[in-house]
Amino acid sequence: MKLALGPLLTYWPRAAVQRFYEEIAASPVDTVYLGEMVCSRRHEVAFEDWLAIGERLVAAGKEVVLSAQALTESEGDLKLVRRAVANGRFRVEANDWGAAHLLSGTRGWVAGPHLNLYNPQTLALVAELGATRWVAPVEATREMVAGILAQRPARLDAEVFGYGRMPLALSARCFTARRFNRQKEDCGYACMDFPDGMALETREGKPFLAVNGIQTLSAGVYCLAEDLAALREAGADILRVSPQSTDTVEVLRTLRAACDGRLSSYDARKALAALAPGRLWNGFWHGRPGMEAA
Amino acid sequence: MDLVCPAGSLPSLKAAVDHGADWIYLGLRDDTNARNFPGLNFDAAALTEGLAYAHARGRKVLVAINTYPQAGNWARWTAAIDRAAALGADAIIVADSGLMRYASHAHPGLALHLSVQGSATSYEAINFFHQHFGVKRAVLPRVLSLSQVELVVRRTPVEIEVFGFGGLCVMVEGRCALSAYACGESPNTAGACSPAHAVRWRETPAGLESRLNGILIDRYAKGERAAYPTVCKGRYAAGDDTYYAFEEPASLNTLEFIPDFGRIGVRAVKIEGRQRSPAYVAQVTRVWREAIDAWKAGTFALRPTWMAALDRHAEGSQHTLGAFSRPWK
Repeated sequence: MKLALGPLLTYWPRAAVQRFYEEIAASPVDTVYLGEMVCSRRHEVAFEDWLAIGERLVAAGKEVVLSAQALTESEGDLKLVRRAVANGRFRVEANDWGAAHLLSGTRGWVAGPHLNLYNPQTLALVAELGATRWVAPVEATREMVAGILAQRPARLDAEVFGYGRMPLALSARCFTARRFNRQKEDCGYACMDFPDGMALETREGKPFLAVNGIQTLSAGVYCLAEDLAALREAGADILRVSPQSTDTVEVLRTLRAACDGRLSSYDARKALAALAPGRLWNGFWHGRPGMEAA
Repeated sequence: MDLVCPAGSLPSLKAAVDHGADWIYLGLRDDTNARNFPGLNFDAAALTEGLAYAHARGRKVLVAINTYPQAGNWARWTAAIDRAAALGADAIIVADSGLMRYASHAHPGLALHLSVQGSATSYEAINFFHQHFGVKRAVLPRVLSLSQVELVVRRTPVEIEVFGFGGLCVMVEGRCALSAYACGESPNTAGACSPAHAVRWRETPAGLESRLNGILIDRYAKGERAAYPTVCKGRYAAGDDTYYAFEEPASLNTLEFIPDFGRIGVRAVKIEGRQRSPAYVAQVTRVWREAIDAWKAGTFALRPTWMAALDRHAEGSQHTLGAFSRPWK
């Protein structure tokens, strides 16, 4: 099982991002997804900076993929997607059908988790259009992944979201700006104060969600450390870890050790529970609500 | 500009036809559509009768087959498409690309509409579905401003349909797993958001509580109007603030935009609410028919009687122009 680091979903200061990927370069991760996938207003890390970070990671032996923005509304958003598609250096992860359209006919693109690929027929279609990797939707169950991969197109690998706050929804509205009664266009980049998302609790104090600008994440942390054997059996090749503001490298080391059999799944889960910014959940994989531990 | 109205049952379909809908959209009685609620939707007999009723009056019927099939149940979705084609549906509304390919090969004469659940928010995305499957019309997610809708209309040969009235998704349709996160079922895979079986209402000393699979979505003081507990319409605490973290419960009402829709080339306006009563369908259809006819005649002016009639059907009695006007921009 390979490990991938998903795109940085939250908004961090430029220096923190640079430092983070320096550490990642020395971590036991195989693939790193880069780029701003959530909000086109975020500008701490310029496109050229992402490319430079990509070069640094390639030099460290990592595979680099650029993640295209998931929700496009304006011509400006489309320009960003076109720039990622035309980067000429790295593979690109399509996160909407506009990006898939632009990538169709090229070879080696990644069909991202927001494309809604739930069945073998639709996966075959994107494979014909040049995709060579499928990232399962976050709510994918074991049964779904196994069912799709039983009819896997040739030379296509499969990646499953395996650790991190779950990306659950996207909206045109910015919910972080809303909290501070700011307009989206004049948000003051409030999301930068919440490096793992802004926690929302229910009215009885139960951690529930985490707001990340236009994106809604789970409060709890998805963790498939105890499901690695089932993941392998279902045909998954790559486990995706979502960046968090602390201890991401330790998370990667722990999962690497668990994948290699150097750490029991019980010990891996215990170690990850101490590193995670929320409770560990794995309901989706077991066909249960996402905020349950099976 | 076509008026596209919902029908969750035969009486609703007849109400829509009788009150002036150009198109009526409906779903089959299973999880192949995004309003998979108990007691709702059409079996083969009801669909046959509904099609006959609509066609006899020169109206068209759309069958929504707009959820995402999975490996083990693909055949149920293709069977739904075959049935819609065999019974004479005028078009089907589909979200999944693989299913679109199936439909375009198996039934080349059957018009394809791209569902809002397909989550295509740009002309590049819509043109993908046009180029590969010949999609004729696309329903836009409720996230674009009027000028963004206009840009899409100008850059695609596909007819554009927008939501005009009814319940409002705060999140991008087809990109929301909040309900699955809380209770295990979401529109994409189960055809339902906050399914009734997972919802509980309870009077407590602290107020009326709404829960989804045990999770407290909101609590209402006496006199507060309660909203159906979808995750996005709840009140939560961030730090010391407890508030509608995503949006106040409100319904979309864009009646005043009819002239704008016409000017920018929107081809159809859709009324949400297959889960609503025949009376809702009748009243909302009647108002929108009158308003569109007034616009066509060049006499459009917003009438207070229209707004009053529509306000009666709003969530929390509130209406919003949604993303079209973007008050939060």
